[in-house]
Amino acid sequence: MAEYQNILTRLQVRGPIYAGTPLEGNAAFGRGGVPGFNHLFGRLGDAQVGPIYLGTVGLAALICGFIAFEIIGLNMWASVGWDPVQFLRQLPWLALEPPAPSYGLHFPPLAQGGWWLMAGFFLTTSIILWWVRVYRRARALGLGTHTAWAFGAAIWLYLVLGFIRPLLVGSWSEAVPFGIFPHLDWTAAFSLRYGNLFYNPFHMLSIAFLYGSTLLFAMHAATILATSRFGAERELEQIADRGTAFERGGLFWRWTMGFCATAESIHRWAWWFAILCPLTGGMGILLSGTVVDNWYLWGQHHGLVPVYPPTWGTVIDPSTLPGAPK
Amino acid sequence: MSDHITKGLVYGLALVGVAAGTMLTVVGLRQSTERPPIVGVQRGFRGTGMDQIYNPRTLALLAAQAKVPRSLPPANPAGVRAAVAYKNVQVLGNLSVGQFTRLMVSITNWVAPKQGCSYCHNVKNMAWDGLYTKIVARRMIQMTQNVNGNWQSHVQNVGVTCYTCHGGNPVPKNIWFNAPPPRLAGGMAEVTSGMAHPTAAINMASLPYDPFTPYLEQAVNIRVQPQTALNEGSVSTIKQTEWTYALMIHFSQSLGVNCTYCHNSRAFSDWSQSSPARVNAWYGIRMVRDLNNNYLDSLKGVFPDYRKGPMGDNAKVNCATCHQGLYKPLYGVSMLTTFKTELGGPPLNATAVQDGLNKPAGGPATNTTPNPIPDTPPAPQPPAAAPGDQAKPGTPLQ
Repeated sequence: MAEYQNILTRLQVRGPIYAGTPLEGNAAFGRGGVPGFNHLFGRLGDAQVGPIYLGTVGLAALICGFIAFEIIGLNMWASVGWDPVQFLRQLPWLALEPPAPSYGLHFPPLAQGGWWLMAGFFLTTSIILWWVRVYRRARALGLGTHTAWAFGAAIWLYLVLGFIRPLLVGSWSEAVPFGIFPHLDWTAAFSLRYGNLFYNPFHMLSIAFLYGSTLLFAMHAATILATSRFGAERELEQIADRGTAFERGGLFWRWTMGFCATAESIHRWAWWFAILCPLTGGMGILLSGTVVDNWYLWGQHHGLVPVYPPTWGTVIDPSTLPGAPK
Repeated sequence: MSDHITKGLVYGLALVGVAAGTMLTVVGLRQSTERPPIVGVQRGFRGTGMDQIYNPRTLALLAAQAKVPRSLPPANPAGVRAAVAYKNVQVLGNLSVGQFTRLMVSITNWVAPKQGCSYCHNVKNMAWDGLYTKIVARRMIQMTQNVNGNWQSHVQNVGVTCYTCHGGNPVPKNIWFNAPPPRLAGGMAEVTSGMAHPTAAINMASLPYDPFTPYLEQAVNIRVQPQTALNEGSVSTIKQTEWTYALMIHFSQSLGVNCTYCHNSRAFSDWSQSSPARVNAWYGIRMVRDLNNNYLDSLKGVFPDYRKGPMGDNAKVNCATCHQGLYKPLYGVSMLTTFKTELGGPPLNATAVQDGLNKPAGGPATNTTPNPIPDTPPAPQPPAAAPGDQAKPGTPLQ
């Protein structure tokens, strides 16, 4: 019999086609798509593909997302004069930029940032509708809503960057542009404008949770794979029973570092680390420009900044010298 | 049978995927990285990352390009003045005929070695002002004198000659024009925000592609970081920061240095943690604005259309025009040493001309063994106080 003993899945999970539990209530849509098997999918997970439940909310989310995608993409294409070759070549550089600072929170003409606002509106609507869908699908299956709230943490960061902070500082221009390199360059500019984000304690926390998440993910996943030869992937009975693969995994960590999570608590660890990453990050962004204007100087004030011996002697801002050129 | 087909399909697809992935990785690596070795030079306190990163291969290429031509032997400063001997000598009339002729031959070598005298002159009537190149050359001589005479805050005693920018080319290799807007579709589509199109001048960042017009032709404020910890009404924006950022990338590109050549990157705006090179750069910005406005833009109607930019403006200078990838043009070798009288600076007064042979005034930096890496912190600029914390080459700072 095939076993989970390798880094890559060697087991094709392939049972009889199964439509899933019956839908509750009066859904406008049923599940769609003819279910089938796919060998490649089976190498990565369950080999059965479909059916899928889209529903009213899911459909609305997809439509809104498609509108946002089209607004962004077509404006990018227009910015190279509808040249298909240049569109492909320059795609990573192309952007749909928020309005100029002079527009503040007013609605600019379409060509001067109006498209950006519109794309932002549809993308936000799409994301929030998708959140509703995640929440409702979880409820319909009788699950907890942990996935929805984890997704909500990411939406919080997204909203702070593109909506809440621009509202608080009174300018759409402060929001993130749409574009692959443009949004990365924007990130660097954000840190430069607000005096080095590394001195922002919420940024520090966010990084700790980001790296912590990857560490926890690696520890947990490695433990489960390492104990799968004893059947650790069959989590349910493993959580409660003695002498199981899970207990062995727990013992490994207890003997290695004195403490071990349980099969249940490890997932709380992972969940909190994951959602705290965007949650604290969003707080750090929200405080920039609204409360703190220069994180380096803030850090200096609060003793975060080490002092090093000078290398070059005193360097003075030449614009403060008498008779300096303008 | 069908199982074989599926298997074949799977392995085929996997192979295509691996090939595509490899290609993307190779392209990505080629775009974003360079082949080692990488040499790091410490220029600040240990552990603070105040380093300069070099690749010896790039340095070798740059050093090969930075060949300094031998200057002609000095001419006799005595004798008839050029203004008396020749017609229509408007700028260099105070030179002796020997000095004047030597400079003219030097300019030919520096600017138009292939084209010769006739690039600027009608050889049958050297005084004729009919060629645009002659008008430009006259203004450029004045510009060179202005740089050497009034901008020692930037060029110090090393100074510049025509060769610094021209390097044997009639048009210097690194010039810029006001950028035309990208080819837009027009209509209701987004108008340009001045950014998000790759340009070599700013190292292919998706930042504003023409930071030169606002900062090096106009005098828009470059400083964006607020000087108070808490929000006390600073008005600079992130978009403005992106423009400053683009300009700074140009600095870094033009001088072949990292941000940390001038700035302590933990607090970019803090002068007290910056290197003296930042002071030099500050004067450089003002110098370039002066040159672009008062010398290059002032040549309105002189350049023919084929020498103008897409927006109809004249060629202008930025950091790269002189520096050409080096932290000091020609690695700090002064070609001005034996041209002090001719190009040293306005106004040419009688005593300077009478002063005999071109003695290097004020001990100019005649660095004949150029060092391609500024491995020691340069001597402090104003004020001159230097605590004994200078780094020795190869010795880590304490």
